[in-house]
Amino acid sequence: MAKIYVNGDVQEVNLPLNVSELIKQNDVQQPDMVSVQVNEEFAEREDWDGLQLKEGDKVDFLYFMGGGTL
Amino acid sequence: MIDFTEEQIQRYSRHILLQDVGVEGQEKIMNARVLVVGAGGLGAPVSLYLAAAGIGTIGIVDADVVDLSNLQRQVIHFTKDVGVQKVKSAEEKIKAINPDVKVETYYKFLDSSNALDIIKEYDFIVDGTDNFPVKFLINDACVMAGKPFSHGGILRFNGQTFTHLPGTACYRCMFKEPPPVGAVPTCSQAGVLGAIAGMLGTIQAAETLKYFTGIGELLTNRLLTFDAKTMLFRTVPVKHRDSCSICGSNPTINQLIDYEQAACDLKNH
Repeated sequence: MAKIYVNGDVQEVNLPLNVSELIKQNDVQQPDMVSVQVNEEFAEREDWDGLQLKEGDKVDFLYFMGGGTL
Repeated sequence: MIDFTEEQIQRYSRHILLQDVGVEGQEKIMNARVLVVGAGGLGAPVSLYLAAAGIGTIGIVDADVVDLSNLQRQVIHFTKDVGVQKVKSAEEKIKAINPDVKVETYYKFLDSSNALDIIKEYDFIVDGTDNFPVKFLINDACVMAGKPFSHGGILRFNGQTFTHLPGTACYRCMFKEPPPVGAVPTCSQAGVLGAIAGMLGTIQAAETLKYFTGIGELLTNRLLTFDAKTMLFRTVPVKHRDSCSICGSNPTINQLIDYEQAACDLKNH
């Protein structure tokens, strides 16, 4: 088991694990809509499958949020 | 140097008392020109606090009229205002709070044909819009014009905001392009707890005042998000992305884009 940080919270995960698999494990709704950062670097969508996570990695999911006027 | 009247010294005394603001800071606030795009859930608290703070000129852009369903959170509009242009309703309240504030109203949608012309008249822009096409438009126009702005979004029990200054991360550094039409619900479709608009809007107003007075650290290169269900706040570090299509070193966007908008976003509720 390895420890990674997802949106600031620690998660114990089994390696190997790539970003796409992490998204699936976290039940991210509308994965097409999420923006991902790994260790504070923006991760391009086409790189998610090949981006292997390691102990201590920090992953942030950023979501669209509208809201305001109407 | 502005000569403060007795009345102004009294009105702004709680600002002037603050060591970080003082008379100098208050003068900067009173010389400031701020554009608020959207006189709705976010634009309401932003405009009220900026008016109270004595911002010199507040511009307001909104093409809507007040609807009964707005009143649950758009606290600048009152029951008597239903059916009135939001910009007129907002102007009336701003003047009632602080007659010193100059108000410029734009009863229209912000789009690629007018965004740069309107934005260039202001020192700081506050995004209080509900839809992604205009959020991207504001981002792109501000980056092109070299203007700072505050981004804000709310949905259900959540809010997120960041502040952009030229050279710091922009909206497209975080989100490359708008979600497909209808893919992400807006407040008008998914609902929002009214007070969330106040929580997020007052953060945007505070950032605006910090910008003009130079106090502290702005929310640049950081995305603040909160969940009112747990009352947990978090700031996610975000970086300016060199490959960003608008603010990167080789921008591919060189003109403003009017993205398609979901039909339901254009309705008045």
